[in-house]
Amino acid sequence: MAERKLRVMVAKPGLDGHDRGARVLARCFRDAGFEVIYTGCHQTPEQIAAAAIQEDVDLVGLSCLSGAHRYLFPAVKKQLVERGADDIMVIGGGIIPDQDFQYLYDNGIKAIFTPGATLDSIVEWINNNVKPRE
Amino acid sequence: MEKVKKIKAGDVRTASRLIRNLEDGVKEARSTIKHLFPLTGKAQVVGITGSPGAGKSTLVDGLVEQFRKRGKTVGVLAVDPTSPFTGGAILGDRIRMQRHAEDSGVFVRSLATRGALGGLAKAVGDAIHVMDVMGMDVILVETVGTGQQEVDIINHSHTVLVVLIPGMGDEIQAIKAGIMEIADVFVINKADREGSSKLRREIMAMLDMAPPETFASGWRPPIVRVENAFEPDSFGKSMEELTDTIAKHHEHLVAKDLLGSRIRRKAAVELHEAIRSCVLEPILNHLVAEGEIEGMIQKLMDKKTDPYTLAEEVARRFLKEGV
Repeated sequence: MAERKLRVMVAKPGLDGHDRGARVLARCFRDAGFEVIYTGCHQTPEQIAAAAIQEDVDLVGLSCLSGAHRYLFPAVKKQLVERGADDIMVIGGGIIPDQDFQYLYDNGIKAIFTPGATLDSIVEWINNNVKPRE
Repeated sequence: MEKVKKIKAGDVRTASRLIRNLEDGVKEARSTIKHLFPLTGKAQVVGITGSPGAGKSTLVDGLVEQFRKRGKTVGVLAVDPTSPFTGGAILGDRIRMQRHAEDSGVFVRSLATRGALGGLAKAVGDAIHVMDVMGMDVILVETVGTGQQEVDIINHSHTVLVVLIPGMGDEIQAIKAGIMEIADVFVINKADREGSSKLRREIMAMLDMAPPETFASGWRPPIVRVENAFEPDSFGKSMEELTDTIAKHHEHLVAKDLLGSRIRRKAAVELHEAIRSCVLEPILNHLVAEGEIEGMIQKLMDKKTDPYTLAEEVARRFLKEGV
C-alpha cells in the first residue's frame, strides 16, 4: 500500500488581501512533503469549509491579518462541524493578541501561530499533531 | 454496499474520501471501484491541456459557469505537479474556481501528479468514475502545465481542448509533434495580446499540412479565440462559443459512431494500469520491503549480473506460468 500523504488547506478568510504569509506557508508545507491546496484570498467560511470537504484535507490553516479572527476562525470550524466534518482540524495564524488565544482554543482552533513563529516550528507541530485520517 | 449508495446519492464527503484512498493506494478503495465500475459511462469528459500559465484554470472556471447555466452538474479534476524532491505539492488551480465552491452542482477536486509523467495523476481514471457515478453530467479534467509529450489526457477524454497563448511562436514549432496532434478544439487564450493572428495562422497552416485522412471523419479542429478574462461580457461570449463547440464535437462523435473508439481507448489503458498495479507493483513492493532490491542494485554496480537476468529470475519466482 502506498504511503498516506498529508493534505493541508491554506486559506484566507474575510476581507484581507495580505497573502504573503499564506503563500510562504504554502511553499513551506510543500517542502515538508505535504499536498497543499491554496484557496486564495477573500474566502467566506462557507467556501473554505466546502472546499476542505471536496479536497478531503486533514488540516485547514487559516491566515488572518485583519483583526477579524475572533469571528472568522470559529466560523470556519462551525461550518465544518455543521457539514459533518468535525474531524478536519483547524489551526490559525496572523496578528492575534495573546488574550484571544483561549477564546479561539475554546472554539475548536487547535493551535495559533503569531509573528515570530518559525516555519520549522509550525511544520513540527503539524507532524506531531496531525495524522492523515484513516 | 453503503459507500456505493452514498456516492450514487452524490455525497461529497464519501466521494472525496474515496478519491483520497484511491490516490493513496488503499486496497479497500479498489474493491469499491469494482462496485462502481458497472455504473459508469454516463458523464461527458472534457480534457483541458496546455502550457503552464496558458489560462487553463480560468477557462475551466468559465466553462463551469456555462455548463451550470445549461443545467448541467459539473465535476472538475485539476492536476498540479508533485515535487520530485520532497513529494509535496501546491495545488493552486482551485483559486480560479472558488466562486463555485458553494454550488452543490459543482465538485472540484485537486490532484497531485505523484510521479506520473503523462500530465495527469494515476488516480484520475478512477476519480472520473467516482464523479460519474455521483451523477456529474460533465467532468472537466485539467492537466498539469504541459510541454510536448504529456498526452495521457486523450485516454480519458471524449473531447480534448488544447489551450495556446500568443507570443510563444517558437514553442509552437517545438510542440507540433506532440500535443498539437491531440486537439479536438484549439483555444487561443489571451487573444487580445499581440501575436494572436500569427498564432491562428500557424495553427491553420499546421492543420492544412496534415495528411488528408486525419480529418476523414469530417471534424477539423476549430479554433476558438478567448480574450481577457477580466472583461466579463466578451469573456462570457467566448465561453458560450467554446461550450457550443464542445457540444458540437460531442454530437459529432455520437453521429459518426466515434464515441466507442474513445471509450475503448480508455478501457484498454485502464486494463493496462490495473495489471500494472495488481501484478508489477506488489512484486516491486515485496522486493523493496524485504530489502532484496538493494542487493540486486549492488550486484549490478559490481557488474556481477545484468538487469535482464535479475528480472527474469524475479519473473520465474513470482509468476506461475512464464510469458
